[in-house]
Parts: sequence; structure tokens; C-alpha cells
Amino acid sequence: MKPVLQRQNNLPLPLKMLQRDWRAGELRVLALALVIAVASVTSVGFFADRVWQALTREANQMLGADVLLLSDHPFAPELRDEAAKRGLAQVDGVSFVSMARAGDASQLSGVKAVSAGYPLRGKLRIAPRLNAEDAETDRVPPPGTVWLDERLSAALGVQPGDKIELGNTQLIFGAVLTLEPDRGLSFFNIAPRLLMRVEDLPATGLIQTGSRARYQLYVAGTRAAAEAYDRWAKPRLGAGQRIESLGNARPEVRSGLDRAQQFLGLSAMLAVILAAVAIALSTRRYTQRHLDGYAVMRCFGALQGRLFALFAWEFVLLGVAACAVGCILGYAGQAAIALWLTELVASSLPQPGFYPVLQGFAAGLLLLLGFALPPLLQLKNVPAIRVIRREVGAPRQSALAAYALGLAALAALLLWQAGEFKLGATVFGGFAAAFLLFWLVSLGALRLFALLGRTGSVSWRYGLANLRRRSRGNAVQIVALALGLTVLLLLTFIRGDLLEAWRTKLPQDAPNRFVVNIQPDQVAPLVQFLAQNGVVAPTSYPMVRARLTAINGRAVGADDYTDERARRQIDREFNLSFMQTIPPGNQVTAGRWFTPEDYAQGAVSVEVWIAERLGIELGDRLSFSGGGASIDVPVTSVRKLDWDSMRPNFFFVTTPKALTAFPASYMSTFRVLDDPLFTTRLTQAFPNLTVIDVSALMRQVNAMLDQVIRAVEFVFLFALVAGVLVLYAALLSTQDERRQEAALMRALGARRAQVAAAQRAEFFALGLVAGVLASAGATAIGYVLAERVFQFPWQFNIAIWIAGPLAGLACVALNAWLGGRAALNHPPMLALREGT
Amino acid sequence: MTKAIDKFMIKAAGLSKVVPSGAGQLVILHEIDLAVMAGEAVAIVGASGSGKSTLLGLLAGLDTPSVGSVHLNGADLFALDEDGRAALRARLLGFVFQSFQLLPALNALENVMLPLELAGTAGAAQLAESMLERVGLAERLGHYPKHLSGGEQQRVALARAFVMQPKLLLADEPTGNLDAATGAGVIDLMFALNAEAGTTLVLVTHDDAIARRCQRQIRLVGGRIVA
Ligand SMILES: Nc1ncnc2c1ncn2[C@@H]1O[C@H](COP(=O)(O)OP(=O)(O)OP(=O)(O)O)[C@@H](O)[C@H]1O
Ligand SMILES: [Mg+2]
Repeated sequence: MKPVLQRQNNLPLPLKMLQRDWRAGELRVLALALVIAVASVTSVGFFADRVWQALTREANQMLGADVLLLSDHPFAPELRDEAAKRGLAQVDGVSFVSMARAGDASQLSGVKAVSAGYPLRGKLRIAPRLNAEDAETDRVPPPGTVWLDERLSAALGVQPGDKIELGNTQLIFGAVLTLEPDRGLSFFNIAPRLLMRVEDLPATGLIQTGSRARYQLYVAGTRAAAEAYDRWAKPRLGAGQRIESLGNARPEVRSGLDRAQQFLGLSAMLAVILAAVAIALSTRRYTQRHLDGYAVMRCFGALQGRLFALFAWEFVLLGVAACAVGCILGYAGQAAIALWLTELVASSLPQPGFYPVLQGFAAGLLLLLGFALPPLLQLKNVPAIRVIRREVGAPRQSALAAYALGLAALAALLLWQAGEFKLGATVFGGFAAAFLLFWLVSLGALRLFALLGRTGSVSWRYGLANLRRRSRGNAVQIVALALGLTVLLLLTFIRGDLLEAWRTKLPQDAPNRFVVNIQPDQVAPLVQFLAQNGVVAPTSYPMVRARLTAINGRAVGADDYTDERARRQIDREFNLSFMQTIPPGNQVTAGRWFTPEDYAQGAVSVEVWIAERLGIELGDRLSFSGGGASIDVPVTSVRKLDWDSMRPNFFFVTTPKALTAFPASYMSTFRVLDDPLFTTRLTQAFPNLTVIDVSALMRQVNAMLDQVIRAVEFVFLFALVAGVLVLYAALLSTQDERRQEAALMRALGARRAQVAAAQRAEFFALGLVAGVLASAGATAIGYVLAERVFQFPWQFNIAIWIAGPLAGLACVALNAWLGGRAALNHPPMLALREGT
Repeated sequence: MTKAIDKFMIKAAGLSKVVPSGAGQLVILHEIDLAVMAGEAVAIVGASGSGKSTLLGLLAGLDTPSVGSVHLNGADLFALDEDGRAALRARLLGFVFQSFQLLPALNALENVMLPLELAGTAGAAQLAESMLERVGLAERLGHYPKHLSGGEQQRVALARAFVMQPKLLLADEPTGNLDAATGAGVIDLMFALNAEAGTTLVLVTHDDAIARRCQRQIRLVGGRIVA
């Protein structure tokens, strides 16, 4: 038997058709579109997943663990055993406040006793001497030694090697503790730190039943195990115990991670949209090329349902194969980035989860279903009579109706990818609107160009007349080109703007020292001291500690709330402040800022998050009491805070008069430039002040931000590739027609130069319209993203308006060069024969 | 079903096709009555635009008439729905077109196999190959339509039509796109295959010489049968 025959096996017909179409090159663009789509979705997924895990881990440094259990009494062995059973690492911590002595000096210090291995996430930093260069360490103080922070060693006047008395025992000052990763959790009431070993605790005799100590259990391991343990432990905690996890970590960190999630989601969505466009384009082309074949098969007596099933199966098979290839590619892609990123992150990225594979397949098949099915369904309507009367084609439907299914699928995918309604809806709405507008504008523009084309050379007239004649195909091409370019412009210009705006939200001159416990009579001397030490423009806030006792006259306590955080907050003292003007970065979301009457009668402004937790509404009356005083004031506004700003934020702000009866202290924030001895001098001048150095914390937040931005930029790159593919598919979409037409013109005697000139005129118009549309689209979408979603100030960017049309022209020029050349070099005979 | 009806492969009665055109109506076919016996070869001739292709399309059930009926092998064609007509075509009909209508993505062998595959016939490849051998294209099995000459393409189309062993072959100007010599070769082949299989043949042509090779000629003028 001949080789041709041997290859005819007994595969199911759809598979055979797939094989044949593939071999004939009919499906390559479609398959490529799908592969790139799935690859970008999965790599974004894989990568986002890994980066997310890595970022979570980074953020967990601020807990010193993945899960941190806190308790006012020692932990039951049950909790430890379970952690061990789940293969989680654990270390202990005990903290309490005690007097540390060295010679005659003594200082109240925050003692923290830890076991070896602390911290499980993040690193301690120590210096051999006061004001010496510090370095990371993997160790904790050896038994018999303690590490003191700068403040404590300054207050006690000790140097490493000196003896420190703690309770009944004496320990050696081993090193200066410069950074404790989980230190940043509370700004207030922090006594200077003494870090020691849990093993040395009994000798001090300080921990006895009834003594006020807090116990920590640091737990860390794989993400799954940590999460499972978190879930397991939560319901088993008793009174006085709670779990600290990222969800209730510092708001600065939380908001950074949320925004990162948004950015990654956005880039994934761009990839999805572009994939949709590419798939729609290439299926459209496929069906147009298969109209005849379909009619012939109907003529042979193939039933409609069967033929449709045949094509549908062919596409499903192709889809599954492309999804699989895409997933593999996506995995490889993200592995490459991860490799590249680990050099930056230092800590290795955790393994990605399996979820993105699922996501990739779902996205690929959904896109195929939504955007390939409508043209295939149109195929079903091709009448068999087409074999005899060629002009009969598929009945035309409006593009919008045909793609309703696709748009629905896309909307669903976007919302899923965004994981957030507002972002998903904005992007989908933006692109849907852009699509519609682009369509209308391009039809109008084509008409206009056709009018312009009444005069000029033959080629010019002919080329522009073509615009009108093929207006539908050309409009499709313009819309697709414009969409692709929109995304490319968004990615090149708006991305930079958005990321830059985000980066600069944390200003370079953000305060890096917080000083609390300033007495009213110390405010002026402190300002003077700061001025002498070169510190400019400190900001001071009055602070009053008070408990919220009643809402609308009804006493409130922990029992009134089920929300864990509300319960914890309500029993604590709040830091209240009072001020004349709204603090910077705050935004009134309900009610209005204090009016003169409010200043006269007293009023309070509440932060939105705490208002929701505690069930406080505008107009409620809140009662506070503390330090022997109490007030009752109405809520006249609700504020949103800017947590990214590293400014002190207050849940409750009252009018100044309202708090006059309360004992107030002040807090001050300012920025200190490289001055290692500053803290020492400050605490010597004002021994009662508590100085908190947040520069380490800021460094941490900034480092995280940098990584996130880098990750986001990389993920954007995939959307970029998808964008280029859309451009390619768009250009391909009219190539058949052009090729045949060029052949026809030449067969009729047109010179090559004339044909080329006609095509150039047409391409010029197409590229210009697409480019201008893309500039408008990118500007509009960028504006909405900045103002509505990411809340950054929007800046008009003229470069977009130059780059858009230029890119449009470059695209079609490239196409004219590639495709046009092919069309011109294609022997007319062959083209005409193919066309019959 | 009675024997009397069975001798007629095609029986068309009062067949008219009217299409709206501009303000009024355009009558393409006017009350055509036509009967073709099983095994007969009939030529439909007439000037361009006289309605030959339209009539052929109606006889095949590819289009629906404005009035009138067609019985194919005793079955009332337009009493069936689209899919019913398609199923009937699958059982009875073979087609040859002026523009060949081979699928460009399929090679010669696959083009011939396609109707067999769609019908789920076993051994499609062997049947198709022997059919292609019969039309003299044994060496061109793996070639794509765009690399075959017009005459070769039409031979493939003939092989594709006859491989289904149709009772009735409808051919719409099978030589219309071919030069005289090539056309004659294709026509010879078609008549030979027709004779071997005893197929009923309805052939649309401009060419009187070809028409005369059929037992009967039907002349259309402006949508009506004359003589
Ligand atoms: N659906 C239709 N709508 C409008 N006009 C039609 C339609 N179908 C056929 N016609 C017209 O009816 C006339 C007959 O068409 P038909 O294709 O049957 O002619 P023909 O005899 O096959 O001509 P030729 O020899 O050129 O192939 C033509 O004028 C054609 O334009
Ligand atoms: Mg005709």
C-alpha cells in the first residue's frame, strides 16, 4: 500500500479533520492565539500565585511567623502537638515588662524571651557595638546572654560585655539588637527591648502565676499546612488567646498587597481580552475560508447537526490541545521569571499551586466557546445552494448579537480574574465601550476616507475606494488593531504612570521616627531640640487615651460584638486626637468635616473601618471615658484614611474643646537623616519619651513594593505579547481578500507599483484611524483606572497621542511590506485558482 | 410504493421559482413539469440566465420552489425538512459542479473520502483510492487541489461523486471551466462511469455536442421548457 494510504487510519472524523486542517495551515493562527492566551493566563496565574505566596511570606516577616498565636497564659500542649504533627516549625516567645539594671542605672524594659529558631520568618539584625554597622543573623542570644536595643543600652549606659541584672539573675549583654522583624506591630507603649532566651527565664524568677506576661507561639511551614493549622486552631482558642495572621497585620502592608493583587489581576485581564480578540479574528477567518466546504458537505447530504458537531469537536480537540501546550508554556515562562526574581528576592519562591492550570484550561475553553462558537454557528446557516450560486453566503448577523455569548464569557472571566467586582467591571465596561465606539467611529471614518478618495491618482482613488467596499472587514480590522494598540499603549505609558504614582505614594521624605508620650509642657522644648538637631517640620498630634463606653447612651462591651477584632478593640483604650483641620490624606466619605458649631459644641469624626466594625453611624452619639474624664459627642463625619502614607492615623478625631478635660500627651513624627546618635541624644534630653524608629519597617515595606512592581511589570509583558498577536491576527484577517484582489488587478493589467500604491493608500488610512482610536482608548481607560480604581491623580500624557497613530502606521506598514509583498509575489494564476 | 412511480427517478410537477426583484417579482422558473426515468441520461440546455442551475438546485432540494413538487425515486422532496432532504441526497445523489468545489485543505484522496466518511462508510480509503485509480489519478492521491489542473480537479470531483454509487448524478456544466479537449476527456469519463454504474444522469450544458450524447434534451428559455 502507498504511504498516503497508510496514514489514513481509523481516527474519529473530527480528529481527522483537525489533522487535515492543521496540515493545511488552516488552524495555526487560531491555535497560536489560544496557546499564547492560555500561556499568558496561566503564567500570570502561576506567577501571581508564587509571587503572592512570596509576598505573603515577606509580609509574614512582620509577624515573625506564618501564624502567630498570642495568649495571656501558657499554651496547652495540644496546640504545639498539632503543629508538630502537621510538620510545622514552632518557636516560643514570652514577653513582659520588667526593670533591667546595670550598676546604678535601671530602666523599665520590654523583655522578650525566645527559643532557638526565632524568628521563623524574617531575620534579626544585630551590631557588635552601639552605633556599629549591623548585620543579619540567624541566631538568637545564646543562653546566659541578652541583646539590648539601642534605646535600652543608651538608657542603661552599657556596652556589649557588661552585666545586666534581670530579676534574680545576671546575664551578659551580647550584642545590640537593631531590628526585630515583628516589632512593627504596635507603635505605642513600647518599652525598650531586651531579648533573651526562654531557657534563662526560670532563673530570673520573674514569671510566676499571676504575673502579667504574654505568650507567643510562632508557627510556620508550607502555605497549605499553615493555613490548615490556622483553621484548625481558631476554634480551639480559649479566653485571652487569639491568632494574628496577615489579615489583621499592619494596614500599610495589607493595602500594599491588595494593590499588588489588583495590578496582577489587571494584567491577566488584559491578556484575556486580547486573547478573546485574537480568537474571534482567527475563527472568523477560518469560517470564511470554510463556507464552500460546508456547502459542499451539505450537498453530499451531511446533516446540519452532524456537520456542526464535526466542526465543534474539531475546535474542542484543538482547544484542549492548545490549552495543554499553553499551560506547559505558561509554567515554563513563570519558572524563568521566578528564577530571575529569586536573585532579587533572596528567599526562594515557593512552588506554584495547581490552581492556575485549572484557570488556564477554563479560560482557554471559555474563550474558545464564547468567540469561536458564534462564527461556527453561522457556518451552520450556510445554504447548500451556495455550491451553485456563489454569492450566497452566511446570513449576516450584527457583530454584537453574534458575540453576545463571547462577551458574556469574557465578562465572567474578567470578574473571575480580577477577583474584585469594581476592577473587573471597570475593565470589561471600558473595553466593551471602546469596542462599540471603535466600531462606530471606524465605519464613519471609512466613509469619510472614501469621500476623500474621489480625487488623486488612480491608485490612491482605488485604494481609498476599497476602504468603503470592504467596510465591514476593514472595520473589524481597525477595531482589532485599535484594541491591540490600546493595550500596548496602556502597557507602555499608563503602566509606568500608575506604578510610579503608586511608588510615590510612599514619599521619600516620609517620617521615619515616631515619638510618643510627649507631655504638653515638653512640646515647645522638643520642637527646639529637633530644630537644633537639623530636623525640620515635625508634625505633632495631641493624643488622649480613652475607652468607648457607650453608643447612643447604651453601654457597649465585647459581648455586644461577634467580630473578633471588634471584640478586641472595644475593650482597649483608643488613641483619640483632636484637631482643627482634617488631617492630610484623610477623606470624608459621609457627613462633613467640623463646622464652627461643631467646634463650639463638640463632635467626633470616625474612621470608616472601625465604624463598620463597631456599628457606628453618622449622627450616633459616642461616649468616651478615660483618665477620670468623660464626654458624649455626636458623629458628624466618617473618614477614610490613607494607610499607604506611613502617617499616624486616628480612628477617632474630635474637636479640640471636647477633650480638654482629658489628660493629653502629644505624639510627633519627623524624618531624621543619617544620624546614628540621634535617638541616644533625644532620650538623654527627654528620658520619658518613647522613640520609635520606623525606618526599618519602611525599608521593609519599600522593598516589598519594589518586588511587587517588578513582578507586575513582568506579568505585563505577557499581555504585551498577546497584544502583538492580536495585531498579527488583525492584519491577517483581510489578507486573503487582498491577495486575491491584487492578483485580479494584475491579471487585468495593473502594474505591480500601482497595486502596491493602492494598498498603501488603504493601509495608511487603516493605520491612522486605528492609531488615533487606540490613543483615545488608552487615555480614557487610563484615566478611569487611575481615578476610580487605583485612586492616583491622573496626568494627561501627550506622548500617547503621538505614539498611537505612529504605532498604527508602523503596524500596517509592516503588514503592507510582509503581506503585500506576498500578495504581489503570489502568481496571479495561483491566487485566482485558489479563489474559485 | 407502486412500480409505476419507481420507474421515474425524477418527477417534477408545476415547479416555479419566483424571487422578489426591486419593486416587482422575477420569475426564474415557470411551471416546469419534468420526468426522468431511472437509468436515463437527460441534458438541460439553454442560454445563460435561462434558469438551468436554478432548476438543478431545485431537483436536488438545495433550494425550495415557490410552487410545485419534486419526487425523487418516489419520495416527495419538499415534504421533507432540510435535514430530511440532506439524508435523501446522501442516499441518492452525486454532484459535479462547474467550479469543481474541492476542499482546498484536503488532498485528492481525502476529497474523495470525505462523503464516505461523512456517511460513516467503512474502508473509505480503499474505496476512494480505487475510484481515483479508475479516473486515472492513481499517482496524484496526495496532491492538493491547487496543484491539480482543472481537468484533474474535475476528475477528482467525478471520483468523489461516483464513489458513493449514487442512483442519480446531477452535473452543472462540468466542462464549463475547461478547455475543449480537456472537457471532452472529462465528459467521456463521466459517460463511461455512468454506463458502468447505470446511474441516472441530469446534465446541464451549453454544449450541443455534449447534449446530443444524452438520450433526451430539455431546452429552457426564460424559465420555461420549450420542445
Ligand atoms: N435567488 C435569486 N435571486 C435573484 N435572482 C436569481 C436568484 N436565483 C437566480 N436568479 C436569477 O435567475 C436567472 C437564472 O439563473 P440561473 O443561475 O439558473 O441561470 P443559468 O441558466 O444557470 O445560467 P448560466 O448558464 O449562466 O449558468 C439569472 O438571471 C439569475 O440572476
Ligand atoms: Mg448555471
